[in-house]
Amino acid sequence: MAHLLLRHRDIPDIGKMDVYEKNGGFEAFKKAVTKMKPQEVTDSVKASWLRGRGGAGFSTGLKWGFIPKDIWPHYVVANADESEPGTFKDREIMESNPFQFLEGVAIAAYATGANAAYIYLRGEFWPVAAILDEKIADMEKAGFLGDKLFGTDFSLRIYTHLGAGAYICGEETALLESIEGKRGQPRIRPPFPAVYGLYGKPTVVNNVETLTNVPLIVEKGSDWYKSLGTADSPGVKIFSLSGRVNQPGNYELPFGTTFRELIYNYGGGIIDGRPIKAIMAAGASSAMIVADDKALDTPMDYASVRALGADLGSASVIVIDDTVSLEWVISKTIHFFKHESCGKCTPCREGTYWMLHLIERIENGEKTKETVELLHSVARQMLNKNLCPLGDFSTMAVTTAIERFPADFEASAAGGEHG
Amino acid sequence: MLAEKYPEEVKKIFAKYPPEQKRSAVMPLLYLAQRDEGFVTKAALEDIAQMLDITSTDVAEIVGFYTLYHDEKAGKYRMQVCTDLPCALRGADKFLEELCGNLGVKVGETTPDGMVTVEAVMCLAGCDKAPMFQIQSPDGIAYHDNMTVDKTMELVAALRKSGKEVK
Ligand SMILES: Cc1cc2nc3c(=O)[nH]c(=O)nc-3n(C[C@H](O)[C@H](O)[C@H](O)COP(=O)(O)O)c2cc1C
Ligand code: SF4
Ligand code: FES
Repeated sequence: MAHLLLRHRDIPDIGKMDVYEKNGGFEAFKKAVTKMKPQEVTDSVKASWLRGRGGAGFSTGLKWGFIPKDIWPHYVVANADESEPGTFKDREIMESNPFQFLEGVAIAAYATGANAAYIYLRGEFWPVAAILDEKIADMEKAGFLGDKLFGTDFSLRIYTHLGAGAYICGEETALLESIEGKRGQPRIRPPFPAVYGLYGKPTVVNNVETLTNVPLIVEKGSDWYKSLGTADSPGVKIFSLSGRVNQPGNYELPFGTTFRELIYNYGGGIIDGRPIKAIMAAGASSAMIVADDKALDTPMDYASVRALGADLGSASVIVIDDTVSLEWVISKTIHFFKHESCGKCTPCREGTYWMLHLIERIENGEKTKETVELLHSVARQMLNKNLCPLGDFSTMAVTTAIERFPADFEASAAGGEHG
Repeated sequence: MLAEKYPEEVKKIFAKYPPEQKRSAVMPLLYLAQRDEGFVTKAALEDIAQMLDITSTDVAEIVGFYTLYHDEKAGKYRMQVCTDLPCALRGADKFLEELCGNLGVKVGETTPDGMVTVEAVMCLAGCDKAPMFQIQSPDGIAYHDNMTVDKTMELVAALRKSGKEVK
């Protein structure tokens, strides 16, 4: 099937305005603004059952429907923070198929009555922001952004905003704080951004990939969209495949593709033909999936992956083979979360500190049953006590690695790096 | 003073945000302030605070919170090598170690000529292109994907020669 999101792989110059337009570009935006009421656009996205690609899988149409009509102005914010280890799909979309994403932002703004949209990019995406600024200028020139678009009363401007290196700014309320010029620390909810968002105004926050789906739905309809993927998770998904596979990369596939197909057909199998050992489906925030036949034949959609005791999240599939010790893996994830905890709440701040301390003890030779059990219990105690999901995320790999791969934590097991 | 030195850029930055939300400009202004010396000076903190009607402590807090703002001088080029899990599964730790050996520095240190500081960082959204790093320089940030130690040493030699970033 031709790509729907990574369209540059079939049409190399789709990042140029004339090529994008020749291939139907901005038709959906024009149709929405000139032929549909905002509510109709929202209803169509709702009916498509498009689910947010930033990790939580929440219905995009429902989210847009929460925006109140008695508080103004409204904002749309595109989440281009893309900082989950193992995730690199939004970067490819923005670098190579930027107009489809920007068209999605524009349609979201029309549907929710926003006249300004911000794209929040992680600071490392400096060159990506430069590309987007150029494309935004192209759109202004072509009359797709600015005042009174297509001769209607609808006006829209899109701005980029660069973060500066903080994973927590991917969390939507921390992200909003960051745009407001504050430290990127999550807000207490409720109120949710739909009511109290950017500058205290109703705000829709959506992931880049989510928004890139929107022009397709407006153009081809929700029934067509639902014909792709599974009933639980309609449409296509970009799976970022990394780790011990021969061909890491982004693969756009229908939801419901199995892990086996992704890893062996598309990813070319494991390096040196080694046996696969574990899968992390949601980047560093994943629970550890034991890569047995049952798991490999599991269709990748939100419900099926949950049935394996894990989450699909942003579908950042990190593959681990038998040369790798899970003790070493969780040392990596613990270092990450210790570094990225924003420090606002005690269980997360202190818990990540203690987990780091304990894994270092284990790595430095104190690989005893007591220390491993202590690490497990510290992680368990952090659960459900935090202001934002990062605190819980930091424990997922730790508890499940110890529970599902006990042999790797026995005193005799070789630790260290992979061979 | 940023407003005098980069009037066009400063104007563009403020135009992005509602006039009563000036504080939003703090992050782009800090990037602008870092352009000269690669870090934010005390004077720049004061300058930005005045432009935004906040205290210089507020601005310093922002510098402290985000890892891409620096309050100390380092090498002209900060080579930020990703050693996070997916890259490490593809040899990033070994790459960093060998690179440091070749450059004669430890992680966090700067080469004696003041050109390159080597840092280990978290995921940069280039995990399928490991080993990889980004170079943060006064002019911005650029990615270098699918690197080897040899290719990196060539890049460093070119940087030393031209004093400019080469892709
Ligand atoms: C710690 C943390 C990090 C997150 N990082 C990102 C991110 O990098 N990109 C993203 O789109 N969503 C991220 N999210 C999810 C956002 O909070 C939010 O749910 C999402 O942007 C909503 O968009 P969607 O409904 O289109 O998925 C993160 C959440 C948490 C708790
Ligand atoms: S859970 Fe962690 S990252 Fe989230 S707000 Fe609390 S301290 Fe910050
Ligand atoms: S882990 Fe290195 S770029 Fe993602």
